[in-house]
Amino acid sequence: MTVQTLEAPDTRILALPEDEVTIQVKGLDFFYSGKQALFGVSVGFKRKAVTALIGPSGCGKSTLLRTLNRMYSLYPGQKAEGEVLLDGEDVLARGVDLSALRARVGMVFQKPTPFPMSIFENVAYGVRLYERLPRAELANRVEEALRRAALWDEVKDKLKDSGLGLSGGQQQRLCVARAIAVKPEVLLLDEPASALDPISTARLEETIRELRSDYTVIIVTHNMGQAARLSDHTGFMYLGQLVEFGETDQVFTNPATGRARDYITGRFG
Amino acid sequence: MSAGSPRLGRRISEVAFLAFCWAATGVALIALAAILWSLIRQGIGGLNLDVFTRSTPAPGSRGGLLNAILGSLMMCAVAMAGAVTVGVLAGTWLSEFAKDSRYGKVVRFLNDVLLSAPSILVGLFVYELMVRPMKGFSGYAGALALALLAVPVITRTTEDVLRLQPTALREASVALGAPVWRTILTVIWKSAQGGMLTGALLAFARISGETAPLLFTALNNQFLSLDLSHPMANLPVVIFNFALSAYDDWRRLAWAGALLIAASVLTVTIIARLTTREPKRS
Repeated sequence: MTVQTLEAPDTRILALPEDEVTIQVKGLDFFYSGKQALFGVSVGFKRKAVTALIGPSGCGKSTLLRTLNRMYSLYPGQKAEGEVLLDGEDVLARGVDLSALRARVGMVFQKPTPFPMSIFENVAYGVRLYERLPRAELANRVEEALRRAALWDEVKDKLKDSGLGLSGGQQQRLCVARAIAVKPEVLLLDEPASALDPISTARLEETIRELRSDYTVIIVTHNMGQAARLSDHTGFMYLGQLVEFGETDQVFTNPATGRARDYITGRFG
Repeated sequence: MSAGSPRLGRRISEVAFLAFCWAATGVALIALAAILWSLIRQGIGGLNLDVFTRSTPAPGSRGGLLNAILGSLMMCAVAMAGAVTVGVLAGTWLSEFAKDSRYGKVVRFLNDVLLSAPSILVGLFVYELMVRPMKGFSGYAGALALALLAVPVITRTTEDVLRLQPTALREASVALGAPVWRTILTVIWKSAQGGMLTGALLAFARISGETAPLLFTALNNQFLSLDLSHPMANLPVVIFNFALSAYDDWRRLAWAGALLIAASVLTVTIIARLTTREPKRS
């Protein structure tokens, strides 16, 4: 079913069939004001599955993530070359409607970023950007998103309270709820648990596992255990290159490349 | 290393530094307390109903500060309305759009120069700009002069507090698909509103006591006038004139007026603090 290709002596990338992927990245180079940070990255992200990106700090994991929703376009010095195909359309092309793209590709950041407004308004914020819903329908949408993010029971009696009053773990789940309320296809998670305590992390992981049934989830993490527990596929990046990409079990138990093996066994990184 | 034990040396320098900090704070507080005390002591006697119901009197007759209070209120309100609009937009432009571009740096530098410009120069500038061409002192000219003093303060503080807002907050809003303008209006301004309000209050506190720019612009008016296109009475100029006069009743009114300005700045500050309290973080 899947075809394994040996691209270079030191890399091994599992190519997924195109009809199974939501996002196909082809030959992606990335530059921070002229300094190259990604080198010819090609990878597919499978629909309704979790893909983890691992690798030492500065290897380009977050950079890759930030090209998928064109976040880098906020900064004039940053530039991407290559192709990022979302359902076959190149999101790097000129004239792409960035708002529409970001409605389809949601993102949650490393540190919780609740907006200075009520819990309800936080979740409704993204919905209001695209749709004018009657109040009852909007309330349903907010409830549904909060339920999916496993936060509803904790906040249902204080939806009017400020989102800033929640704990760090709750704030992060609020950010997940805010992202999925827009009903995206893809959810990008940039080290979403790195600022959370172990219990909050476990809750968040539970939430992510639930989301797999409906979304294409891509998670950047420094926590190997988290990548192993959550993901179907894992990509290992090093110095701006995707070194190894494959089924998570295979990458963790029997990595094909020396660099991935050294990193996963803790010899460096 | 010194001859004594290093620990002792360290402790001495710590105590000396703390003592110095305390002393410096004390000097500032004593000065503040002295000013407030003399204001209250001399001003409270002059405060009575007449102050709020009658206009400035001729020497020896019954009167108050009604015309000056209303004039100051109107000019400050017009000045602040204009200055907040311009200052907040300029500060937002510097923080969110110009950033470290060359044009941004030039504007920031010029704003800092304006920030420390002597207020009498601003008065003269508006005199040349408005009073001479229009052949007359007016409340509008006074408001413009006050606004010119307030704008750089608001611009600077707005830029500073907006720059303190985390990048992640901007990106989080943009990541939901919000355009940059909407992100600024609904997330960044809201998050920074406490600091921005403080900036506006600093500006209000600064202009509410300014005398020099009003001498050349609004001048004064012995009578009650609510027409901004004519010379207008205002507290600072009345205080200035009355305090230098030889009449006891005028001097009493000057003290009362000074107390009123201080009290109103204090009141506005307290109200603003109470209304923009940050929600408690658990």
